Amino acid sequence: MSAPLIHLESISRRYQMGGETIHALREVSLRINRGEYVAIMGPSGSGKSTLMNLIGCLDTPTSGRYFLNGTDVSHMDDNRLAEVRNREIGFVFQTFNLLPRSSALHNVELPLIYAGLSAEQRRGIALQAIRDVGLEDRMHHKPNELSGGQRQRVAVARALVNKPSILLADEPTGNLDSKTGEEIMALFENLSRRGNTIILVTHEEDIARHARRILRIRDGLIASDESREPLHETAG
Amino acid sequence: MTPAARNHRRAALQIVLAELRESLFMALDAIRAHKLRSSLTLLGVLIGVFSIIAVMTALRVMQRNVERELSQLGAHSFMAHKFPAMMFQGRPNWWAYRQRKDITYAMANEVVRRATLPTAVGIEAVFWGGQVESRFASTAPNVQLYGETPGSFPVRNWTVAEGRSLNDSDVEDSRDVTVIGASLARTVFPFGDALGQSLKLNGIHYTVIGVLESRGGGAESDQENIAIVPLTTGLDRFGRWHRSLNVLVQADGADRYEDTVDEVTGILRVLRKVPPGADNDFEITSNDSLIAQFNQFTRAVRLGVAVVSSIALLAAGIGIMNIMLVSVTERTREIGVRRAVGAKKRNVMTQFIAEAVVLCQVGGLIGVALGLIGGNVAGVLLKLPLVLPLDWVVLGLVICSVVGVVFGTYPAWRAANLDPVESLRYE
Ligand SMILES: Nc1ncnc2c1ncn2[C@@H]1O[C@H](COP(=O)(O)OP(=O)(O)O)[C@@H](O)[C@H]1O
Ligand SMILES: [Mg+2]
Repeated sequence: MSAPLIHLESISRRYQMGGETIHALREVSLRINRGEYVAIMGPSGSGKSTLMNLIGCLDTPTSGRYFLNGTDVSHMDDNRLAEVRNREIGFVFQTFNLLPRSSALHNVELPLIYAGLSAEQRRGIALQAIRDVGLEDRMHHKPNELSGGQRQRVAVARALVNKPSILLADEPTGNLDSKTGEEIMALFENLSRRGNTIILVTHEEDIARHARRILRIRDGLIASDESREPLHETAG
Repeated sequence: MTPAARNHRRAALQIVLAELRESLFMALDAIRAHKLRSSLTLLGVLIGVFSIIAVMTALRVMQRNVERELSQLGAHSFMAHKFPAMMFQGRPNWWAYRQRKDITYAMANEVVRRATLPTAVGIEAVFWGGQVESRFASTAPNVQLYGETPGSFPVRNWTVAEGRSLNDSDVEDSRDVTVIGASLARTVFPFGDALGQSLKLNGIHYTVIGVLESRGGGAESDQENIAIVPLTTGLDRFGRWHRSLNVLVQADGADRYEDTVDEVTGILRVLRKVPPGADNDFEITSNDSLIAQFNQFTRAVRLGVAVVSSIALLAAGIGIMNIMLVSVTERTREIGVRRAVGAKKRNVMTQFIAEAVVLCQVGGLIGVALGLIGGNVAGVLLKLPLVLPLDWVVLGLVICSVVGVVFGTYPAWRAANLDPVESLRYE
């Protein structure tokens, strides 16, 4: 078996609050392979976001080791981590987090700026990414001129524009009604089928059912880890 | 350089270019979002830069004026006159100067008669300029008209290229003859051969008897756009009443210069009945005295400008810092997003510093524009050519950028060191 895409080895993340120590993650070990579609579930405050931020290299563990693609990223400096995020990670947030005064297209271009691409190269790639989420007729609109579902699709396009190894989505449907939520899930389904690795945080069973593996977290520990047949695996 | 290194370089350049673009938009956005605060801050930058540019432009205009004065006097020459050549000795008591007696034609002639040391003494009146017409062409109304005696020519450093100079009988008989500058000759006699032709000046015809040699070089056309008539002719036409004349004196070499100044000063003091021990009630102007006066004045003005603009720019800098800190707080989430998609600390840092610089440059460019206009007003009033002090324009904009960098660094540092996770959660 080849090395897993994500390999966490006894990862802990503690916060110091006043004199108190909060254990957001307690010695979590986890392997996720390329192409997996994983849902992380758990009650509020259980450590889901903390885990996502660590996997996404936005945060570093207090102890333990994290291998991404076989490289130890747990002790990398800030600059190297930024490069890793740029190349390997695509984030989708609950609150979309688009730049409010920039067009959809420019939002999608953003990761390419920090990849050092020229303006023409950026334009071409971003156009393709925005076409892939079906928004080419809205690409010059500002976020406040788009619906919630459209905004989240722009965010997905931005997350994918660098062809990252992992798509990380923290409650991507949390701010959407259930119908639009299903549309976004269908988009994820499609991406998963095309071989993208997706990790999704949610507290809705309906949403989690789309994934093929469900991790349940409680008090900073993995309580259960089950692989299952996905919901919409239609033949053909 | 290896291809990999070159690619790396190119990528870094692309990032910088994109950052500058982003910063430009961010800066304009920040200005739009906080109109009042931005305009007050930009006003600070504007005043700072404006005062530098306006004063330096005005100084350069005056410098031209001084240079013009200088080149109008020959070697070892000086001029005695009623009003100071330039009123910037720091005591602008125009009234005191007005109270002085005029240097009359009789008084000036007496100087000519009594002075023994000079090699040449001329008497001069400067009349208002006007339009000159020949049968071929007419000029703009900017020709300078002088009334002179033959002695003025060597002191003024005028040499006749064609024809002859003024002589004593031209002056004695108040003849309607004129010697004209090279540039005026070119304008009104485009086909050459000005001698013996007639010129109309303020409605009266004069015969051209000479054309001055062109000095060539810099601002010559302005100094050569002149017409010279016999002093007495000019005085008869334009009046003697309330007209103070210049006495132009040339010494016999540098070593006789001081003695010559003393002699002429003494004669004038006697003629004007200045009591012993009292100050002269007239001015002696030479190249040296002009330079000294001007330099002294310039030093004082520069110091003043440095103080004023430093205060304005300091205030502006603090304003810029304030705007930038607000901008960083407002954009906390944006910073988080940029960091999440791969921006390094230094990318965020340069972006915010660039924003501060752009903010400053907006004020700076307006300040430069207004400064150039303001500084040149003096030039327009003195009928001098417009001045564009490129070095000071560049320096002004550089100072602006420095202010932006200095006062933008702390906010930018704050932005760069925000925790990405925290800033993404910021409400
Ligand atoms: N910056 C922080 N400082 C202190 N405590 C934190 C911080 N971030 C998260 N925590 C704590 O860590 C625990 C896990 O938080 P989080 O991962 O956000 O939970 P979830 O996303 O599952 O709701 C919570 O108890 C939370 O209060
Ligand atoms: Mg959470």
